[in-house]
Amino acid sequence: MAFQNETLKKQYWRDNLRIIGWLLAVWAFVSFGCGIIFAEALNAIHIGGYPLGFWFAQQGSILTFVVLIFVYAKLMDRLDRKYGVQETEDAK
Amino acid sequence: MDQQTLIYIVVGASFALYLGIAIYCKAGSTREFYVASKGVHPVANGMATAADWMSAASFISMAGLIAFLGYGGSVFLMGWTGGFVLLAMLLAPYLRKFGKFTVPEFLGDRYYSNTARVIGVICLILASLTYVIGQMTGTGVAFSRFLEVSYEMGLSIGMLIVFFYAVMGGMKGITYTQIAQYCVMITAYTVPAVFISLQMTGWALPQIGLGSTLTEQGTFVLDRLDQVLNELGFAEYVAVNEHNRVNMFFYTLSLMIGTAGLPHVIIRFFTVPTVKAARSSAGWALVFIAILYTTAPTVGAMARLNLMETFGTTEATEMVYEERPQWVKNWEQTGLIEFTDKDNDGTITYSSNEEENEVTELNRDIIVLANPEIAMLPDWVIAIVAAGGIASALSTAAGLLLAISSAVSHDLLKGVFKPDISEKSELMAGRISMAASIAVAGYLGFNPPGFAAGTVALAFGLAAASLFPALMFGIFYKKMNKEGAIAGMLAGLTVNLLYVFQHKGIMFVASTSFLGDLDPNWFFGISPNAFGAVGAIVNFIVAMAVCKMTPEPPANIQHIVDDVRVPVGSSLASGGH
Repeated sequence: MAFQNETLKKQYWRDNLRIIGWLLAVWAFVSFGCGIIFAEALNAIHIGGYPLGFWFAQQGSILTFVVLIFVYAKLMDRLDRKYGVQETEDAK
Repeated sequence: MDQQTLIYIVVGASFALYLGIAIYCKAGSTREFYVASKGVHPVANGMATAADWMSAASFISMAGLIAFLGYGGSVFLMGWTGGFVLLAMLLAPYLRKFGKFTVPEFLGDRYYSNTARVIGVICLILASLTYVIGQMTGTGVAFSRFLEVSYEMGLSIGMLIVFFYAVMGGMKGITYTQIAQYCVMITAYTVPAVFISLQMTGWALPQIGLGSTLTEQGTFVLDRLDQVLNELGFAEYVAVNEHNRVNMFFYTLSLMIGTAGLPHVIIRFFTVPTVKAARSSAGWALVFIAILYTTAPTVGAMARLNLMETFGTTEATEMVYEERPQWVKNWEQTGLIEFTDKDNDGTITYSSNEEENEVTELNRDIIVLANPEIAMLPDWVIAIVAAGGIASALSTAAGLLLAISSAVSHDLLKGVFKPDISEKSELMAGRISMAASIAVAGYLGFNPPGFAAGTVALAFGLAAASLFPALMFGIFYKKMNKEGAIAGMLAGLTVNLLYVFQHKGIMFVASTSFLGDLDPNWFFGISPNAFGAVGAIVNFIVAMAVCKMTPEPPANIQHIVDDVRVPVGSSLASGGH
C-alpha cells in the first residue's frame, strides 16, 4: 500500500466518504428536494418566466449535477495529494 | 437541389466519416478491442460517453415526452442525468482502478466466484439486449422516415455500418466513431432549438429563451403555454400534481440508479488512463449530455406552443384544413399527424375533449422531427437532423453491442470455459461474438417482441436491481461475501423479471395513474421503471441478511477492496493484464 500506516489509510477513506456524503446531500437536495418535494412551494417564486420549482426540475438540477462532479474531482484530487496517493504521469 | 437529395448527401457523408474512422482505428490487440488501450483523453471519453448514453429515445422522443407531460417529464431529465453523479462518485473511479476489461470480471474477482461472474454476464446481457432492441427499431424508424426507404432496408443498412466499425475497431473504433456521432447529433439538436428560440423570444440561448417573454405578445413563454392549454382544457404545463409526488420520487430514483448501473456506460470509464481521469471524465460526459438535456425542455415547450397556435386556440382562429401549412401536409403523409373533420365545418378543432377533438393522431416524436420545418429552417438543417437521429441510434447500439460481446468472449469464453486461450484467439473470439451480437440484435429489430414497449424500462430495472447494488457493496462494504452478493443479485433480478412479466399487460393502466396524462402508446412503461429502486432495495436487504449468516470473505479479497479504494498502490488489482 502507498500509505505509511493503517491509520492514514482509514483516515483517507473516511475523508473520501465525507466528501461523497456532502456532495450527495446536495445532489438529493436539488433534485428530490427542490425539483420534487418542495417544487410546488418554490413555484411561487419566479426567475424571469420560470417558476423556481419547475426551473430546478428541468434546468437547475442538471446544472448542479455537472458542477457537483467537477467539485468532487477537484476535492478528491486535493485529498490524494494530501495523503500522497496521487497518480504520477506514467501511472496507467 | 431538392430536400431528399440533400438528406442523402448529408447522411451519406456522415456514414463515410464513420467508415473512415473504422479503417483508421483498427484494433490490433484485446486491450484495444475491449478498452481502447486505456488511452482515451477524459474529455474525448466524456464526448463518447454522451453519444453512448444518448439514444434514439433521448434524441427523438424525449422533447416530445416533455412537451406533452410538462412538469411530469422532469423525471427523465433528472433521472437520466442524476445517475452520472452516482456513477462518478460511487463506481467509475474505483472500477477504473481495478483495471480490468469488463463489469462481470470485477464481480467474479471481487466475489472470488465464477458463479458471481456468470450471473453478472446474465444480468449484463439481459439489460443490454433489451436496451439494444429499442436502438435497432430506432435505426429502422429514423431511416424510413428520412430516407424514404423501408424499415427493413433501413435496419439492414444500420446493421452493416455498425458491423463494419464495431467488428474491426472494437472499443477503439467505437470510441472515435462515437465522438464524431456526438458532434453530428448535438449540432442537429441545438441548431433548430436556437432558431426556434430566436424566432419566438429573441434569445439565442434556448435555456434562457424558455424563461423569457414572447416577442409578439410580451407574455412569458410558460405563462402563454399554460394559458393556451387552459383554454383548450388540457392540464397546466408547469403545475405540480400533488398525487404523484411519491411516485415521481421513486421513478426518478430508479432511473438514476439504473443509469449508474448500466454496463455499457460503466465500461466507457475503463478506457481512460487514470483514476483521476475517470473522475473528471464523468463530469465532461455530463457537460455534453447537459447541452442536449437542458435544450430539450425549450424544444418541447416551444414546439408544443407552436403546434397549438397552428391548430388555433379559439373558435375564430381554428386552422382551416385546406389552408394548412406545408409541414402539416408533409407529416400527414407519414401518419404521425391525422385529422378527422368530425363536424364537417372545414376547420380543425384541437381540444382535450375526445368528442370534439379533430386532431385524431398526434405522435409525440413530431416535436423533434418536424421542428425544423415548423420553424421554417433551411433544407440543410433538416438533413442534419436526419443524420443526427441516425447517429444517436447507431452510437448507443454500438456501445451496447461491445458490452455484450466482451462479456461473451472475455468473461464466458476466456474467464470460465477456456482460460488458456491465446491473446490472438481471444481477439478473434471478440470479433466473432460482436458479429453474433449484431445478428441477434438485428433479428430482434426485425421481429420486435410483443413487449417491446417496456423493454427499455426492463433494462433500467435490471441494472438498478441487480448490478448496481452488487458493484456498490463490492467497493464500499469490505465484508460483503460471495454468498450475500450472489443472493442479492438473484433476488433483485427475480423480483424485477417477475414484476415486469406479470405487468406487461396492465403496465399502461398503471402508468396512467402515475403521471396523470400519459398517452397509452408511449415507449416507456412507468410501473416497471419505478420498480427498479424497489428491486435495488430488495437486493440490498437480501445481500446483507445472507452476508451476516455466512463466513467472511478471505483476507486477500479484503486487500483487493483496499486497493480499489486508493488511486495508487501495487496490487493484484492493477497487475492483472
